Amino acid sequence: MKRVVITGAGTINALGHDVPSTFEAMREGRCGIGPLDIRDVDRLGIKIGGQVHGYEPEERFNRQQIALYDRYTQFTLIAAEEAIQQSGIRFEGELAATSGVILGTSGGGLTTQDENYRAVYEEGKNRVHPFVVPKLMNNAACSHVSMQYNIKGPSFTVASACASSNHAMAQAFSFVRSGMAPVMVTGGSESMLCFGGIKAWEGLRVMSKDACRPFSATRNGMVQGEGAGIFVFEEFEHAKARGAEILAEVVGYAMSSDAADIVMPSKQGAARAISGALKNSGLNKSDVGYINAHGTGTAANDKTESAAVADVFGTHADKLMMSSTKSMHGHLIGGTGAVELLACIMALKDGIIAPTIGYEEPDPECALDVVPNVAREAKVKAALSNAFAFGGLNAVLALQKF
Amino acid sequence: MTDQANVTEKVIEIIAEQAVLEPSDVSVDMSLEDVGIDSLGLVECIFAIEEAFDISVPFNANDPQESDFDISSVASIVTGVEQLIREQKS
Repeated sequence: MKRVVITGAGTINALGHDVPSTFEAMREGRCGIGPLDIRDVDRLGIKIGGQVHGYEPEERFNRQQIALYDRYTQFTLIAAEEAIQQSGIRFEGELAATSGVILGTSGGGLTTQDENYRAVYEEGKNRVHPFVVPKLMNNAACSHVSMQYNIKGPSFTVASACASSNHAMAQAFSFVRSGMAPVMVTGGSESMLCFGGIKAWEGLRVMSKDACRPFSATRNGMVQGEGAGIFVFEEFEHAKARGAEILAEVVGYAMSSDAADIVMPSKQGAARAISGALKNSGLNKSDVGYINAHGTGTAANDKTESAAVADVFGTHADKLMMSSTKSMHGHLIGGTGAVELLACIMALKDGIIAPTIGYEEPDPECALDVVPNVAREAKVKAALSNAFAFGGLNAVLALQKF
Repeated sequence: MTDQANVTEKVIEIIAEQAVLEPSDVSVDMSLEDVGIDSLGLVECIFAIEEAFDISVPFNANDPQESDFDISSVASIVTGVEQLIREQKS
């Protein structure tokens, strides 16, 4: 088995348009959630989100590119550029032929769908732009990354709702670990903050109208976010040979399915994924100093997740820190695990634990150290990143300090 | 559709349909648990009630007990719906 290291990271999300600004916001416990600035927001019951502000597509892409790039693809390409640039890798020859791109998304080109349904149904138009299909498809972002960087190996998109990015990164990791690919570009992206994207979530009645307060007794639901997180996963000897800077090591993962309910989470399913990730990575429970929680801020998730962590870690559960950065950047659905992996990298590399902001009141059912409101300095040897999706599909990644 | 008998009848019809029961099997003193409606079924009932009466029901699935809308029994739901009709249709 090969060792797998992260040699590049990129992002754009409500907290920042790149990794350094996102780290800074996480260190400062800044909230990226605010009033939504989208069409027909007055017809929505939920009017807040972790929206990417100060971003003009025209400043990053030309007219022909914008005609082909849905917002989720734009986010992906911006994050991929940062990650690949940091990594310093160039995909040529055999490296290009064997390296791949595996990305997660849930809604894909949902903004494109929303705009075009509007055009044909609401405005009664009988003609749509010729690129609607290649723009909205869930693999568009993956394909554009592969085209832009000449990456010609195994490439595809994974969709498992809120766990999409974690499933994608776990799959990319296993390709590198097994020796099948020397380098994988991986992560995920989402841009669901359009009228239809929010209206659909509103229907489920699990959304908060004011804030995302994971693990707090006063929590009242989730808040959506948008953006992307992209990473370069590289075989260790390959990275060492070219003198690449290593951000962290990915050491294992596990996936599980609750096989129980389409929306209610299961403690057993979550616990199996968490303990499976420990086993797969060879980490001891006591090695884990930080968990980036799924922590959606819903009543059901947060108590179930806390119970699952307590079950798996036993007495060590009281010694580790577990925060939900969704309180700051919102829930990026299919892209969320990718942006949250940044908090794990920050913990391992910089020794700074991102806080759970908006925390008001302890909940006896979520009685772990959730790093309330203020970031903390701590030396962390290993970290986990949890993702538990609607549909009961779970994926947990394990990382360690390099 | 705003007098009490009709509201009760319609609410029972919605709940019975959700629970795959005959309306005659549902009485006002029953709880949703009694008729076998889970949290997802409840959200569907609320949606159907909103559509049927053209009202907006203040209900957050995160904490049904804390919502302003009392769902402890069929009767309490009927009372809540009547109140919302008065408030929102006046």
